[in-house]
Amino acid sequence: MNNRDRKSVAGLLLPVLLLALIMTSGCANRQAARHDPGVTIEEARKPVKECVKDDMTYAIDAYDPWECFNRDMYVFNYYFDKYVFLPVVGAYEWIMPDYLEDRISGIFKNFSELKNLTNNILQFKPKPTAITTGRVLVNTTIGLIGMYDPATEMGLLVQKEDFGQTLGHYGVGPGPYLVLPIFGPSTLRDTAGLAVDTSVRAAALNWMTDDLTHQREVEAAVNLTEAIDTRHRTPFRYYQSGSPFEYEFIRKLYLEKRKLDISK
Amino acid sequence: MNNACRFTAGLIAVLLFLWLVGSSSGWAAEYGYPIKDPIAATILSTPPQYQAELPAKIRVKEYQTITIFPDRQVPDVFWYNAELRYSVAYQESRSPLIFLIAGTGAGYDSDKMKLLQKVFYKAGFHVVCLSSPTHPNFIVAASSNGLPGDSRDDARDIYNVMEKLWQRCPPEDKELVSKFFLAGYSLGGAEAAFVAKLDEEKKVFNFAKVLMLNPPVNIYDSAVKIDRMLIDNLPGGISHFNEFYDNIMQKITERYANGDFVDLSYNFFYNAYNEIIPSQQEGKAVIGMAFRISLANLIFTADVMSNSGYIVPRNLKLFKTDSLTDYYKVASHCQGFAEYAENLLYPYHRNSGDPNLNFRNYVDQNSLRAIEKYLKNSPKIGLATNADDFILAPGDIDYFKRIFGSRARIYPRGGHCGNLAYKENVADMIDFFKSE
Repeated sequence: MNNRDRKSVAGLLLPVLLLALIMTSGCANRQAARHDPGVTIEEARKPVKECVKDDMTYAIDAYDPWECFNRDMYVFNYYFDKYVFLPVVGAYEWIMPDYLEDRISGIFKNFSELKNLTNNILQFKPKPTAITTGRVLVNTTIGLIGMYDPATEMGLLVQKEDFGQTLGHYGVGPGPYLVLPIFGPSTLRDTAGLAVDTSVRAAALNWMTDDLTHQREVEAAVNLTEAIDTRHRTPFRYYQSGSPFEYEFIRKLYLEKRKLDISK
Repeated sequence: MNNACRFTAGLIAVLLFLWLVGSSSGWAAEYGYPIKDPIAATILSTPPQYQAELPAKIRVKEYQTITIFPDRQVPDVFWYNAELRYSVAYQESRSPLIFLIAGTGAGYDSDKMKLLQKVFYKAGFHVVCLSSPTHPNFIVAASSNGLPGDSRDDARDIYNVMEKLWQRCPPEDKELVSKFFLAGYSLGGAEAAFVAKLDEEKKVFNFAKVLMLNPPVNIYDSAVKIDRMLIDNLPGGISHFNEFYDNIMQKITERYANGDFVDLSYNFFYNAYNEIIPSQQEGKAVIGMAFRISLANLIFTADVMSNSGYIVPRNLKLFKTDSLTDYYKVASHCQGFAEYAENLLYPYHRNSGDPNLNFRNYVDQNSLRAIEKYLKNSPKIGLATNADDFILAPGDIDYFKRIFGSRARIYPRGGHCGNLAYKENVADMIDFFKSE
């Protein structure tokens, strides 16, 4: 079994594993006592069961049948951020001069044009495809493999597409909302899309590093650096808003944003 | 995600990003802030080309935390809010230190706070940013009774936080502070006045200058006015909120799908404003909606922290991963601050103080009018607001002029806090603190 096969097997296994996790996941604390000893729970003055109307649609509503699992993952992501991801990113930011960080971001953004390109082609969007091709050509050459972004200055703006959007473009609905470990907010459709984009990217990287003697180590280093760079560029911090409804707001925001992306 | 997640309430992010080109003809030559309509100004704030030049990067410690009540048992559902978050931007030489207080529902890191942080950092001050006492993090970590909105209690809680921060500041850092300033915007502006008054008794900081930006006169009346902006301008009332929301999202989607913009940038909303929000009525509803979301955060958090049993059953323990969506639905359909004040805040003060206290007297205690003698006779306190700030009642502008005299700076327009980033406003703010 060569590297590429192993990767695609992993790509297929990921959704299966997740599904298994969701099925077996229960809500934390389900068994814990709901009140302190010596006191009783009193009915609220504006109880949910009277105030929330079943026949009414609320803007905050979302299709979230796996909410238990999702909320567990949301908490998990906070801790993963706190104890693993952000300390590593912090160290990276401490070591690297800002200037170098931006160059590295540029290289990965340029590499991710592959995703934009394939998905623009798959959606038969000639203009964005042409623009993306132009961006890759310009930024890879005079932009020094993406370290600089002269294409944007020339008016060739990035045309973001991914396989989740491609599926959406052809009428595939989002399916249930899904909070992925580490990756965060997604849907079933977008998770499938992520798996496909990741496999394509892995295949491309594999092809690019084919001649190297330490191919596996190089690929691992590239993947790790990209993960760090991505988190470095993402200002979002779990629970930083302090809102008790952050989970609901982020869910809504994610779903709306994806609808907008697909409408484009 | 990147674009919008920074926002306190994710949902309003999309809507609050709405920008407008105000048709700025040259008729008001002296004051160049471009947006004439106060509603649009509030939503769009200051277009980039009109903003004061501020440093892109400043020396700042973010994500700082402090435990205010070490013995407090924080409910499991608020585990992430147990410590108070704040930020410190610091100078390397001896300089004044300014405390900033955020507006209703806003965190220490809200966009307006980040703006003011840069303004005063550029002026050469150390800047400590504090969340509003109405922000969930503050309610959980630093509110003495869990019920914000009472000016005196809020001032005490803020002062307590400031003192604790100062106590734990190492002596060599204290040496770097020459004197103390204080400022706040919106509700934080009014609170700054009450904090300044408290400081006259406690004398820990002896604030040299205090600036109130776009404060309400009567907190309750202003809050009710903003509440009403949603209810009065929503066709069919609050039960039709979802249609209103869908309609706006629909317009954003259409414009976005058919336009040349590749992301939801400032410029996108700036150019699309008139299509997305064609009338003032809709703009008012959007502002009212943003306020409503802040209030939903406040009501739910205060209800649980004070165990008032209003939305959440009294004594019910909520856990880390419980779904709160239904509570949000109830909280967001409450009548905003009015309902909170009538059903939680006022009863608490009546029961713990004077049983004959009537509601109107209670809310008037929280008005700036209740401390007007102090404000009138304190040359160190200044005020900046706009003639078209809609949170004010008729006569409030004249009241400001009468009480503050030359210490009141009234700009002809800018709505509510829309012009904080405008060049002239920024220059005036810095000038206020720097002049002797």
